[in-house]
Amino acid sequence: MTAYIVRRLAFALFLVVAVSSASLVLAEIAPGDASLARLGPTASRQAMERARERYGLNRPLAVQYGDWLLHVLRLDFGTSMLYDRPVSELIPERAANTAILAITALVFATFVGLPLGVVTGTRRGGLLTNAIRGGSIVLLSMPPLLTSLFLVFLAARTGWLPIGGMRSATTAGGGVLDVLQHLLVPAAAIGLPLAAMFERLQSQAIAETIAEPFVIATLARGVPRRRVIWRDALKASLRPVAAVYGLVVGTLLSGSFAVEVITAWPGIGRLMLDALSARDVYLVAGCAGVGSVFLACATLLSDVALAYVDPRVRE
Amino acid sequence: MMRRIGIALVVAWALAAASAPVLAPYSADTRFAALLNAPPTVPHLSGARLTIQPWRLVSRLEQQYDRDSSREIALRWFAHGHLVESSDPAVPLTLLGTDSFGRDVFSRMLFGARTSLSLGLVSAIGAVVIGALAGGVAGYLGGPLDDVLMRTSDFVMVLPAMYVALALRSVMPLVLPASTVFVLLSAIFAIVGAPFIARGVRAIVRSERTLDYAVAAQALGASGPRILFRHLLPAAFGFIAIQLTLLVPGFIVAEATLSFVGLGFPNPIASWGTMLHDASANVRVFADFPWLLSPAAAMFLVVLGLNLALEGRRTGLESLR
Repeated sequence: MTAYIVRRLAFALFLVVAVSSASLVLAEIAPGDASLARLGPTASRQAMERARERYGLNRPLAVQYGDWLLHVLRLDFGTSMLYDRPVSELIPERAANTAILAITALVFATFVGLPLGVVTGTRRGGLLTNAIRGGSIVLLSMPPLLTSLFLVFLAARTGWLPIGGMRSATTAGGGVLDVLQHLLVPAAAIGLPLAAMFERLQSQAIAETIAEPFVIATLARGVPRRRVIWRDALKASLRPVAAVYGLVVGTLLSGSFAVEVITAWPGIGRLMLDALSARDVYLVAGCAGVGSVFLACATLLSDVALAYVDPRVRE
Repeated sequence: MMRRIGIALVVAWALAAASAPVLAPYSADTRFAALLNAPPTVPHLSGARLTIQPWRLVSRLEQQYDRDSSREIALRWFAHGHLVESSDPAVPLTLLGTDSFGRDVFSRMLFGARTSLSLGLVSAIGAVVIGALAGGVAGYLGGPLDDVLMRTSDFVMVLPAMYVALALRSVMPLVLPASTVFVLLSAIFAIVGAPFIARGVRAIVRSERTLDYAVAAQALGASGPRILFRHLLPAAFGFIAIQLTLLVPGFIVAEATLSFVGLGFPNPIASWGTMLHDASANVRVFADFPWLLSPAAAMFLVVLGLNLALEGRRTGLESLR
């Protein structure tokens, strides 16, 4: 088990370094640079040169990359040219917002999707099963882009929930209630399709499990059906869902991009978009770095969880 | 039953997209300057004919319209190469209203279907070609090449696809002609989608190459490429067909997301993404003019159709178990 965890840790580290480096280099070699994006097309040649000089953009790519890497080792992530502030000041708040959103959606999807999957997987037919199944198929066809548009539309029509503008002027400093109110729409937008996916997966898994001899044997010994399903069969059927948890984080981040833009949730997605279009190379690398840290942690956790549930994967 | 409904939905959309120039009353960029954000004109029976009633502007500021029920404009069928159009050029037939530029949403949705569906299909085919090639070669040859290819696919699969596409797209020049955008986006999507195909094809090829028929072909002196393309890859056909169907909706949504944030097709071009981009200039716009969200409904129906068509056959890898 230790060797397995070490191997996965090495992969996680590689992921973070590779993703942030690749995005920095990609943003560097892109046509146009931050001085153009910052000063606009009407700026004089001298002004652009001065800006390039100031941010070190006039050096060769390899030198810039090496310099950035050396600074990162000292936890200095460079200065954002777009906001004229250190990247390490800009990112934490945005990253926390994205993490709150993703974790809420994941928890919601797990605690709604899994039990519903158990219900539909263990009852053939019936009104309840068909209703849940139908709902799942509909939601599976609504990616977060569509759910968030729909929910924002509902919120705007009914006025039940605020749209955008978290920590607005009226609620200076925010507060838990403010965050919760604004969280509802984006979290549901990501969580609902995810819950549908978990429901379908779990439904199939538990349907296969209750056909196994050990379940029938337990039932034959007179253990109540409810207890067999929710205690024994559920535990044995968790593997497929545990296996997709690692990949789901990528899906979560992908989904949260569209949702953050539509619901004006101040997360890392919007920041990354602005940084990319302004060719703000250090900010791009910072965002990608934070994103890959999320990704690395999540894959690590899910790998360990999977190895715990199913010893066969350790080899 | 559900599968049939799904297939019917997909086929209907494909036909609608193919025959957009006939079905759509107007071109994608025809503007009616007097009708900005006007509601749908609903055809109704008046006597024996279908007629529509014109919209009268009530408030220019709030863009509110009132139905002029004193007039009945007959619809004209099979004229000027269109299925149906209004007989009075001043009173356009806008089945799903107009957008904030005064363009017919229904026509744009049909032309948008062409862009969005063909982009989804072309990208998925690209992903299949790249993925089947890489997976086939990796599975057939094995060794270090297999390791490198599979590690790379694993790596790409872990990354959030949307951000990879976003990063690759945004480092290209922002303003490009529509055809270049089409090629660029389908190339990006094909690269992002290929690993999912490669993994499965590799597994299938690996397990098939030791079977008697493959060994027999080898004993008869068939070359490596011949064994791979003629004998082994056809075994992965079922898997590839299902994955293709799974990739298309993902790519349609990806195009919509990129166009939504302004990195997709340039403005006069209709795609479902650019239409949603125009609709959501600010939240009030589509809250007050809900018909602007019809491309979202269209996208939902296509994705639903593809999902229903796949009901009950999720992976195509069953033969490996």
